[in-house]
Amino acid sequence: MKRLTPHQLDAKARGARLLVWAAGAVFTVAYFRVQILDHHKYDVQSEYNRLRLIPLPAPRGVITDRHGMIIAENVPGYTVTLLPAPEDSLRRRLQRIASIVHLDAAGIERVLQRFRRAQYQPVVVLTDAPFDVVSALDERRLILPGVVIQPEPKRHYPDSSAVAHLVGIVGEVTDQDLVTRRDSSLRVGSLIGKDGLERAYDDTLRGQDGERFVEVSARGYVVREAGAAQTLYPEPGASLRTTIDLDLQRYISRVFPPGMRGAIVALLPSTGEILALYSSPTYDPNAFVGGVSPEYWRALNQSDARPLLDRAIQARYPPGSTWKLAIAAMALKRGTVTMGSRMPIPCRGGMQYGNRFFRCWSAEGHGSLTLEQAIAQSCDVYFYQLGLKLGLTSLLEDANALGLRSRTGVDLPGEMASQFPSGTEYYDRLYGPRRWTSAVSLNLAIGQGENSQTLLDMVRLYQMLASDGKSRPPYLVRPPTTEPTYDLGLSPDQLAGLRQAMINVVERGTGQGARLADLKIAGKTGTAQSTLGINHGWFIGFAPADSPRVVVGVIGEYSGHGAALAPLVARVIAHYLGADTTTARYQFTLPSDSAPRDTLLLGAPPDSLPHIPDSTRVPPIP
Amino acid sequence: MFRRFRELDRPLLGVVAALAIYGLLMLYSAGQTDVPTVVATIWLRQLVWLVLGITCGILVFRVSPRLLEWAAPYVYGTAVFVLLVTLVFGSGAGTAAGSRSWIALGGHRLGQPAELAKLAVILMLARWLAARREPPASLRDLVYPGAITLVPFGLVVLQPDLGSAIVFIAILFAMLYWAGAKPGMLLLLVSPVIGLVLAFSTAVWGTWIVLLFALMLWIRPYLWEGLTVMLANIVMGVVALPFWRHLAPYQQSRFLAFLNPEADPRATGWHIIQSKIAIGSGGWFGKGFTHGSQKRLAFLPAQHTDFIFPIVGEELGFAGVLLALALFAALLVILVRLARRATDPYSSFCVFGIAGMLFTHIVENVGMAVNLLPVTGIPLPFFSYGGSFLLTCALAVGIVLRVAWESRQSGYADH
Repeated sequence: MKRLTPHQLDAKARGARLLVWAAGAVFTVAYFRVQILDHHKYDVQSEYNRLRLIPLPAPRGVITDRHGMIIAENVPGYTVTLLPAPEDSLRRRLQRIASIVHLDAAGIERVLQRFRRAQYQPVVVLTDAPFDVVSALDERRLILPGVVIQPEPKRHYPDSSAVAHLVGIVGEVTDQDLVTRRDSSLRVGSLIGKDGLERAYDDTLRGQDGERFVEVSARGYVVREAGAAQTLYPEPGASLRTTIDLDLQRYISRVFPPGMRGAIVALLPSTGEILALYSSPTYDPNAFVGGVSPEYWRALNQSDARPLLDRAIQARYPPGSTWKLAIAAMALKRGTVTMGSRMPIPCRGGMQYGNRFFRCWSAEGHGSLTLEQAIAQSCDVYFYQLGLKLGLTSLLEDANALGLRSRTGVDLPGEMASQFPSGTEYYDRLYGPRRWTSAVSLNLAIGQGENSQTLLDMVRLYQMLASDGKSRPPYLVRPPTTEPTYDLGLSPDQLAGLRQAMINVVERGTGQGARLADLKIAGKTGTAQSTLGINHGWFIGFAPADSPRVVVGVIGEYSGHGAALAPLVARVIAHYLGADTTTARYQFTLPSDSAPRDTLLLGAPPDSLPHIPDSTRVPPIP
Repeated sequence: MFRRFRELDRPLLGVVAALAIYGLLMLYSAGQTDVPTVVATIWLRQLVWLVLGITCGILVFRVSPRLLEWAAPYVYGTAVFVLLVTLVFGSGAGTAAGSRSWIALGGHRLGQPAELAKLAVILMLARWLAARREPPASLRDLVYPGAITLVPFGLVVLQPDLGSAIVFIAILFAMLYWAGAKPGMLLLLVSPVIGLVLAFSTAVWGTWIVLLFALMLWIRPYLWEGLTVMLANIVMGVVALPFWRHLAPYQQSRFLAFLNPEADPRATGWHIIQSKIAIGSGGWFGKGFTHGSQKRLAFLPAQHTDFIFPIVGEELGFAGVLLALALFAALLVILVRLARRATDPYSSFCVFGIAGMLFTHIVENVGMAVNLLPVTGIPLPFFSYGGSFLLTCALAVGIVLRVAWESRQSGYADH
């Protein structure tokens, strides 16, 4: 090199080396900053980068009857979900799997709609995937990005429609639920109880969802499960032991007259434990698991029979003659009458009061009766006079004091309160002050008028009669209170007298259809007129009459006279007590009670009931 | 032959061997993904290229620098011709499918001529600079070397492959520096490009013009040269906007992503963010060889070519990065030393040009992985998969070893 001196060359080389070291220093600092100072930040990003969270739904608690027999359980099922992705690519992925999972265009839109509600969360495509779909998807796992197949417990009710109104239904949480329930553990896609016990004890049954992570590649393919340490296993919901006697419940569902709308409640008089609660028509709660089909949902909602209605607690009926026991108990407690008291006017098929003639259901008349006979014959004339003697104020006061215008507080959602005037102001409001007479108490005395009761509330009244005169709130799992809530205030003698009268109802009165050869049943019929001229029938009874072990009440819409239902109650009681039912008489008809006032309307009488499919059991997946 | 082997420059050979092995290991790791792709066995193909490279390197080693000097114009001419052919008949590949940077024969892609053209430019520039009696003192002296560089540069830009093209400019500057050109003059030379970049803001550009004027008062070029530079800067400032619009969208977005990679994480910034996550999650000692989760799950883009260095960062951590940087620094320092000790100017220029080329590749590749420099997609020497570039590097090492051997033979080595 001639042009540059070695000294100059050395300087150049030094400059070049300086540049190399400078670049090295800059990179060292830059990499130190990223790898050491910001390590934590990038480490977290790296984890989130490759891991996708998938919620693991907790199995809901098992619901059993009082003997531990399963009412609601979980069976294995498979759900198919897609990992979150931009909507366009999600749509493309759905279109790719559409033929495998049998999704039409509307179905894809439904899935996308679900996705929009909770982006960044895996979106459920199929909640109950059949095994062939699962295996078809699994085979193509490597070419289908973002598809996650996950075993998930599926709710199953082995007795399906027999326990429908008890267990209620489960369903996916709605936006509204998320707001109203204020439960932070709820997320979109969670299953919650929507009705029945599933709803009432949702907190107990639901458990705690877990979460698991899967590793995904940059293109969203699920590569493998992340380590088990990453998985938060779900905590199963607590199991629920109910007071239900499943055997009795099944029996009732079998013997309940097909096509009749109504309900039955059976409970233990000493504690208020509900042994059976059945409402007809019923539905298949299994059809709601994993999303009810639109057709089935429409059929349930458009049916006149309203199968979703729990007629034991969500419908009110005029109590009819079953109410006479309440009047009798009030009068006895106030000392107005004794069991042997007679009324001044004997029954001649009716009585004149003011400018109106109030008829008895028996046109021939019952003649002069004691209270005991009047109950057995369900004589209206006797109770008209008893109502007058008791006085409207006392009648209203006592009925209120017995809880006959409130809810029973049963641990089921959606219970209706019975309707009854709270006081005379009610009539002032209804008719105007001094525009009404004490004639209203005549109607009230025979269970008509401004009075409609839920079946459960009436059964609770008879529970008081069947026990020591004190009310135990009916319940399925946990009593609202252990203390007796209401008290008839009757002496044991008076109670025994009323029971004897009710025995007579069955032995030789209006409830002879409930008579059994070897079992003494006490009960009372009731018949309430509807606008359509076909009556709602009641029968509430308990047995054995001397020391009652079960109270059973039934309401049948448009079933005619309550006497027609007496055999049904007798069969249920006999089944529970293990007695012979062969002597029960089935065909027993009496003319209807008179009923001056039309009351409750519950749609048209049954002509066609909705077709409700049987529960479809899903074969277990190996 | 064996005797000669013992006379080779051992530090250079050692560092190159270490880098080649390190690179091959990382390339092997790059293929170890959860969903196996074609990358899985690519290290074997790289090994074949390496063997081919060593063979060619030995052949070049046997060639005297005199012969290389004589052949330089022919090599250069061939390189330009092949680049022209590539431009007409070339095909794209992989992520750069839209460009024409590959030469193919009967459907088989043979290589990227641009890589070998870099070596041709080095040889040609060395020949011209060595033949001169004095350092280039004025811009007029730079017309010829500028032309030598700009012809292949232009052909590569047209492919278009701006990243590779910039390497030609870097080689030119490195060799002009080594020839003794004043840094200020080099700055004047690049000033139009700087003016172009700074034109996005009128105020910044105005400041730049004032600074440039001050620079000229200090360097005192010929009047017409100064005027030319000033004019070029002003023209650049005016054409900046039309030029920006003329850039391909991917070039625009790459530049914008360099400025703010978080702006559009799913599109262009994706590469940079994923690269930083991989490097950052490595920590001190990394996740272990072949265990990088970002790499395994294919979050890294082009992880066997342009973005192989993040694998080093992820799997071997800061320690692995430091080791690689140290090896590269050692390589460059050795090259500078060998350039200094070369027996003749031509050899010296060759070695320094090679150092400049490698330096540019290393700085750009390592820098873009942590967002210090915009993403251009040029390979990392000895690490990135790519036959042409590996061959280029092997040939370069062969030339350097020969130069080192010659200076050793002449007793220049141990002073």
